[in-house]
Amino acid sequence: MKKYTSRITSYTHVHHDPDAPILETQRLTVSYNGRPALEVVTFHLHAGERVAVVGPNGAGKSTLFKVVAGVLPPTSGEVRISGYGPRGHICIAYVPQRTQVDWRFPASVADVVMMGRIGRVGLFRWPRRADWQTVRAALGAVDMLALAGRQIGELSGGQQQRMFLARALAQEAELVLMDEPLNGLDAPSQEAILGVLDGLRQRRITVMVATHDLGQAARYFDRVMLLNRRLIRFGPPAEVLTTENLLAAYGSQGQLIRNADGTTTLTDTCCDGGEE
Amino acid sequence: MTGLLDIFIQPLTYDFMVRGLIAAVLVGVVCAVVGVYVVLRGMAFFGDALAHAVLPGVALGYLVSGSGRENLFWWALGSAVLVALAIGRVSRRAEIKEDTAIGILFAAMFALGIALISTVRSYTVDLSHFLFGDVLGVSTRDLLLTAVFGGVVLLVIVLFYKEFLVLSFDPVLAATLRLPASLLNNLLFVLMALTVSVAMQTVGVALMVAMLVTPAATASLLTRRLWAMMLVSAGIGAFSAVTGLYLSYYFNVVSGSAIVLTATAIFLLVFLFNPRQGMLRGRKD
Repeated sequence: MKKYTSRITSYTHVHHDPDAPILETQRLTVSYNGRPALEVVTFHLHAGERVAVVGPNGAGKSTLFKVVAGVLPPTSGEVRISGYGPRGHICIAYVPQRTQVDWRFPASVADVVMMGRIGRVGLFRWPRRADWQTVRAALGAVDMLALAGRQIGELSGGQQQRMFLARALAQEAELVLMDEPLNGLDAPSQEAILGVLDGLRQRRITVMVATHDLGQAARYFDRVMLLNRRLIRFGPPAEVLTTENLLAAYGSQGQLIRNADGTTTLTDTCCDGGEE
Repeated sequence: MTGLLDIFIQPLTYDFMVRGLIAAVLVGVVCAVVGVYVVLRGMAFFGDALAHAVLPGVALGYLVSGSGRENLFWWALGSAVLVALAIGRVSRRAEIKEDTAIGILFAAMFALGIALISTVRSYTVDLSHFLFGDVLGVSTRDLLLTAVFGGVVLLVIVLFYKEFLVLSFDPVLAATLRLPASLLNNLLFVLMALTVSVAMQTVGVALMVAMLVTPAATASLLTRRLWAMMLVSAGIGAFSAVTGLYLSYYFNVVSGSAIVLTATAIFLLVFLFNPRQGMLRGRKD
């Protein structure tokens, strides 16, 4: 109990170096039972950036997110958040894949968004009026205020994603990790989410999105990270999504189609959202 | 009219019946509230195993202290906490699947308990008390222990409401908020152990899982918020306890069975005639 209390009080003492990158990894390596899932991955992200992480199945996208979120400890190498180790940081939000959530859970939309605040509410305390105001503001920012009282199972796919983005806002997250957020959504829902992501950029919130859709990665993101256990390329979409790089990343897993206009399309052999 | 009232009042002229009723209601409420987490986290098998695994501890206490019942609660409590934390530890290792590990542990402990009790001559009578409970044998002291430990369980659930909520709904969020997940999980296991110890005398180990799961499952069909599910579950638990005990009194049925069958009847009624069909429609699998 004591440990927890001291951590709660230490939240305010977690240092953020304003000049350091929001996220920095140094030679990050993760192995499961001796088999590497990520090998010597080094990169850093700037505040307010929107980055797409692409790569074939088993490329380590989910592993990377878990390590950055602090759910999984790295085998070697390190993760730094705003210049300091991940301990005590509550500024990272993880938006789960829709299939990972129990939508029958007895919680309303506002309940789920409030969950993002409990680190700041603190142990043995109830959310105060200011916390509920933050929750309402977060729901307003994703245009979900009218649905605050709904049970979460009643939401559409796009609304589910926006609820989790509202939770990230309520958490006052500075880095948001999203796993396949646009998968299986219709065009208006996708646009609504991209609109919310534009709002996050204005607040200088960094967003990292794992996606299978290379077209979206090229269109909507500042930088693209091409991953296949190792970091193959990381930079502006035009520099990263070249035939050569994609072949290096996907090898035989994907099918490259050279279009008449000189662009390249990659058909991923993956199923939708089936990645573990 | 007086005849109907008599049906309710007449049993209360016996002190043991009054104690039994209070104990049954306390146990019904505590089990039902803890049961909400058992249901939401898919821990029904864990709860069943935990209840059965208490038996060797109780049997040992029984052999050591003779048939004196006073100390059996503490033996039950000790063994329940030990087993709960042991299962928690075993299930975190990857070599064996969690339910397999629980199955092995649970059957072995149960067998050990029966083996120990069977060394006593009058074992059939005593064994049935352990298996199915003996709510009418509750002493004032038992009642006090039930109230104190039941109260502790409810208090902790209220105090850690939002932490347990996050941990049950989204373990990844718990990790990103830097909640001490394993500490909280162990706390929940200990709460379940306390509940099992408290409920042992009323419903017995064999039917304990029904007290944990059935009212909460019924409540999940009727509610959409965690706190509402807890309140409704507690209400169903208390109602089942009272109704079951009266049925037990008038029809001479074992009290634990009567309570569980009442809870099951309520579940079936709600399941079949749920006024809130919308809940089912909103569900995705």
